[in-house]
Amino acid sequence: MEKIVLPDIKDVHLIDVYLRNEGYNGAKKAFTLQPDEIIEQVKRSGLRGRGGAAFSAGLKWSFMPKTTDKPKYLCVNGDESEPGSFKDRQILEHNPHQLIEGILITCYAIGAKTAYIYIRGEYHKWIKLFEKALADAYANGFVGDLMKEKFNTDFFCNIYVHKGAGAYICGEESSLMNSLEGHRGYPRVKPPFPAQNGLWGCPTTINNIETITNISPIIMKGWEWFSKIGEPKHPGTILYGISGHVNKPGVYELPTGMLLTDLIYKYAEGVPGNKNILCVIPGGSSMPPLRGDQIDGVKMDAESLRAAGSAIGTAAVIVMDEDTDLVKVLERIAKFYHHESCGQCTPCREGTGWILKILNRIADGNGSIHDLDLLVSVAGNIEGNTICALGEAAAWPVKFMIQRFRDYFDKRVSREVNIPPINKVHSMRHTEIPLADGSIIT
Amino acid sequence: MEFKFTEDNLKRIEESLSRYPQKRAALMPVLFIAQEQNEYISGEVMTEISRILEITPEDVLGVVTFYTMYHQQPVGKYHIQVCTNVSCMLKGSSGIYERVKEKLGLDHMQVTKDKLFSLEEVECMGSCGTAPMLAVNEDYFENLTKEEADQIIESLKNRN
Repeated sequence: MEKIVLPDIKDVHLIDVYLRNEGYNGAKKAFTLQPDEIIEQVKRSGLRGRGGAAFSAGLKWSFMPKTTDKPKYLCVNGDESEPGSFKDRQILEHNPHQLIEGILITCYAIGAKTAYIYIRGEYHKWIKLFEKALADAYANGFVGDLMKEKFNTDFFCNIYVHKGAGAYICGEESSLMNSLEGHRGYPRVKPPFPAQNGLWGCPTTINNIETITNISPIIMKGWEWFSKIGEPKHPGTILYGISGHVNKPGVYELPTGMLLTDLIYKYAEGVPGNKNILCVIPGGSSMPPLRGDQIDGVKMDAESLRAAGSAIGTAAVIVMDEDTDLVKVLERIAKFYHHESCGQCTPCREGTGWILKILNRIADGNGSIHDLDLLVSVAGNIEGNTICALGEAAAWPVKFMIQRFRDYFDKRVSREVNIPPINKVHSMRHTEIPLADGSIIT
Repeated sequence: MEFKFTEDNLKRIEESLSRYPQKRAALMPVLFIAQEQNEYISGEVMTEISRILEITPEDVLGVVTFYTMYHQQPVGKYHIQVCTNVSCMLKGSSGIYERVKEKLGLDHMQVTKDKLFSLEEVECMGSCGTAPMLAVNEDYFENLTKEEADQIIESLKNRN
């Protein structure tokens, strides 16, 4: 099976090995084309973003204004904080030069002279590995001023690493830009979209690391080749990250549209102890979970998963066996989103806290049947009422987990409805209002 | 006590500033440099950074409090971070967290009296396929067992 992003070439992270394997030839070819031709090719290839939203990469690039007196920027998103997702670090470690080459081609296509690659701060090791590769690329004239000579072109660009500092929300594109500008990672209201008003108010494109790593092979081998791999509507390979209760967890590069059951049983070699599967989250912890009996025949691409009632997200498959305590799992997920809510929008800031409190009470055995509906109601009041998608990320697991495992949760709560004691503050409020002339209204 | 960057670090700050069109954008890298030099971000550090980057100390404080990797209190020489998020949890991370807590006598964000260890329960560190894990300062230890967690702490103790 052909691998695009993580090819089976020993030591390809070293620049010498990469060069021996046609390294930087994609960039060489790209610089002989017009930027518009590259955008067109990427559009036709059908490459869709690998960061979660699965939006067409070429289409995103085409939103960049052709004529502007402002500088343009490329941001490469390596914040990778979605629980269950651990694919970008493989690229940083095993194939950094193909990522760098992708950045060069993307910068050329959108007309950017500066690219920032935002990598989560906890990835000290992988930042160092990438910086080493980047330094080698600079030293060999593939990046920066020397590019002009190396590639015999007028174009040049610089790549800088920007290290995150431990905030999940900075994986959201507008929040990432605020973080890069030295602010709190608060998401921005859209529109305006980054292509109009991005970093420092300038046109900006933001792509995931994995998306960018696909660019050079597409240019080298042509869009037709790429569009024929995997599912036609969501072509290419994808880095599936499988974790949880499987015998062989890890990252598997396979075509899109793989059967979820194949991933679990064939590649990850099934569930330890041959236990049944209770629940699978197919795209990282923010995506709607599926019941074990819902996964048969489900394919791993954006459309198929939507039809199955979930979403592809970052293709981070989390498998839970029949002995898993789902209340504890949901409580932990809720804790995460409460911790990571940036606090800007009231529904998310307050709602995630209430969800956690209710789940704490259910996990402690003090929940009532009323709490399940309350959870769904609170989640429903977050969803769609926030600036960014963290609202949905916090609401979906709660809403769908309870909906799809209602029987399971019913058994964990008391049938009796606990009516909370009357709120004393309200009942003690003054009913007598003195007026200025000394009389009293009751 | 006044805080001043070392000559070397001032050079690193210069380099950081050259990467961005606006001074403020260097705030996050400069905070990391400061934390390296001073162990934590004190009020004096924030004042000095605000002077260099021409922003207010409150701007700096706002950023410091938003990101979990900036510490406003000193952490131990070995800052132990245990991930307890879903994938690690499914692989038994709570047992590891409890064991480390017990062994060090610490709770979340506490430091031992000898300032050797501090403990933090962290969110997903991207080790889901190699769960469970803990990190000591910058280094990951993955596919961990409780016994290995014990050994790591013992060997760190013996190093001093």
